[in-house]
Amino acid sequence: MSLGSLPPEPVPADVTAGGLVTVAPGPEDAAVAAGMLPAGKPRSTFRRGLEVFLENKLAVTGVCIFAFMLLFCFIGPLVYHTNQLTVDFAHEELPPSGAHPLGTDASGFDVLGRLMVAGQVSLEVGIAAAVLATVVGVMWGAIAGYIGGFVDSFMMRIVDALLSIPTLFLALVVVSMITPSKPILILVIALTSWLTTSRLVRGEALSLRTRDYVQAMKVMGGGGTRAVFRHIAPNAIGTIMVNATFQVADAIALIVALSYLGLGIRPPQTDWGGMLSNGVQYVYDGYWWLIIPAGFCIVIVIAAAIFIGEGLRDAVEVRLQRR
Amino acid sequence: MVRRLLQAVAVVLLVTVITFILLRLIPGNPAIAIMGPSAYRNPAAIAQFDRVYGFNKPWYGQYWLWLDHLLHGNLGYSWNLNQSVASLLSTHLPKTVFLVGISIILALLIAIPIGVVQAVRRNKIVDHFFNGFSTIFYAMPAFLLGILLILVFAIKFPIFPPEGPQGESVGAIFSNFNALILPIITLTLITIALFSRYMRSSVLDNLTEDYVRTAKAKGASERRVLLKHVLRNSLIPIATLLGLLLPALFAGALITESVFNYPGMGYLFYQQALKQDYPTLLGITVVVAVATVIGSLLADIAYAVLDPRVRYVSQ
Repeated sequence: MSLGSLPPEPVPADVTAGGLVTVAPGPEDAAVAAGMLPAGKPRSTFRRGLEVFLENKLAVTGVCIFAFMLLFCFIGPLVYHTNQLTVDFAHEELPPSGAHPLGTDASGFDVLGRLMVAGQVSLEVGIAAAVLATVVGVMWGAIAGYIGGFVDSFMMRIVDALLSIPTLFLALVVVSMITPSKPILILVIALTSWLTTSRLVRGEALSLRTRDYVQAMKVMGGGGTRAVFRHIAPNAIGTIMVNATFQVADAIALIVALSYLGLGIRPPQTDWGGMLSNGVQYVYDGYWWLIIPAGFCIVIVIAAAIFIGEGLRDAVEVRLQRR
Repeated sequence: MVRRLLQAVAVVLLVTVITFILLRLIPGNPAIAIMGPSAYRNPAAIAQFDRVYGFNKPWYGQYWLWLDHLLHGNLGYSWNLNQSVASLLSTHLPKTVFLVGISIILALLIAIPIGVVQAVRRNKIVDHFFNGFSTIFYAMPAFLLGILLILVFAIKFPIFPPEGPQGESVGAIFSNFNALILPIITLTLITIALFSRYMRSSVLDNLTEDYVRTAKAKGASERRVLLKHVLRNSLIPIATLLGLLLPALFAGALITESVFNYPGMGYLFYQQALKQDYPTLLGITVVVAVATVIGSLLADIAYAVLDPRVRYVSQ
């Protein structure tokens, strides 16, 4: 395998190390697969993973922050009623006060309420794109790794080619052509960020397909599709989950960047990046409340996703050590 | 090695195919885009335009034409800016290379010691501090960091100008170097966040290696083991990383340049994306992608040269 297979984000490096190095088949696997060891083993490894995760304070904090932001954005507007539909120039650019805890923006929208509505877009697009990217990446990687040979080389060269174009450039080209709506943004981000996942999963598939239980299944007459979906994908689930979490962080970063550049979600809808790009126009007026709150939301949500991912990675490594 | 080279060539070709398909098969008529909506009333002019620029050919014909131009150093022509993409790049690319280059050097100089200290003092306060630092800057989008820097160092305390150095010529960046400080700080901080995590785990990996124990057993001091043995070996993966992070750095440069209106390649790309100037977008994409492929190829070669344990065996 070429060295170029290290993923570009800093974090999953350990995943590659942990995921690919420790998967050499052990005698225990074969025993479990053949049903010789008592059932319930997988549950205990899951438990141990969960314990490791819960011991990680940062990871738990990450979960709390993420859950809080989801509640804030989706339940918040039900409690905190604001007018986010019609502009109100009588109340524009007001500093924070009792009536508007975070002030109002240039169109007279309440900034706190705007944060909730905007956050819905950032979070929805980020999470949905990460899920879709993971699905595409898993399929691509599993198929390439399982089939191997020429097909594998060809599929992986496509990944290499797409990886050498910065995601932001690729996404900018596409959104400059099509007026982006929420589904289109999800699609664009997913289709430009499944690449690292596919590489990881391919590595897993390459080592998993030689495992005894996959071989046994083939002897029993199981087909390639079954091998990929029933055996290879589920066994790589730990690595996939960790990667998916980091994908959420990256997808949110990408959607806010696109919106900041004015090529993401279009008005009247907005997201945190769009709020920032509006706020920047008033940077000289000292209207900090148009910049700091949205920026804060972006940073803590992405940081929370990274913390969760790192916690999951440690938990999965525990699971892998058991193999 | 030959295999790796062939792979690189195949990847470059695929890049050109992908970008070409992406850009040409999208709805929209280039003739209308160039000549304006009134051209609809003049189908003959559209046909003439299509014939001159090869748009009447099927897509593979157009691709071939474009690839042929590419191999002759012709990256396309920006009708929007009425300049060839190559000449646009000749003024914009050096600015980006300068910005990214300085930021990488600064980031390495700062991130390597940080990573070493973190690994040696693992799970101590210093480690946690720098972990927090790198997580914040990793989680912080480049544009937010840029805005905050402008807010503090250009508006609250007007030490630096809020805009990058302007001017068409490449020399313009040196005429107002002060203006380059904030963009450089932005990109450097983001790059440090990318590097220091890798450096930390690389040093940690090496600290558990047998040769460390051997060196210690032979009586080498802690300091000598760290600087002579561990540091050198830990730097090897960083060479690979540099090649792999090129796309991320170009993306970071695009955002940074847009925040500071710094007329580099990223800013050009962004402006032309807003104007749907596809030849320029296509040309820049190919240049960036080829740079990345060459970068990771060089990184792999460097890795093999630096680390005798790595050998490229043909399968």
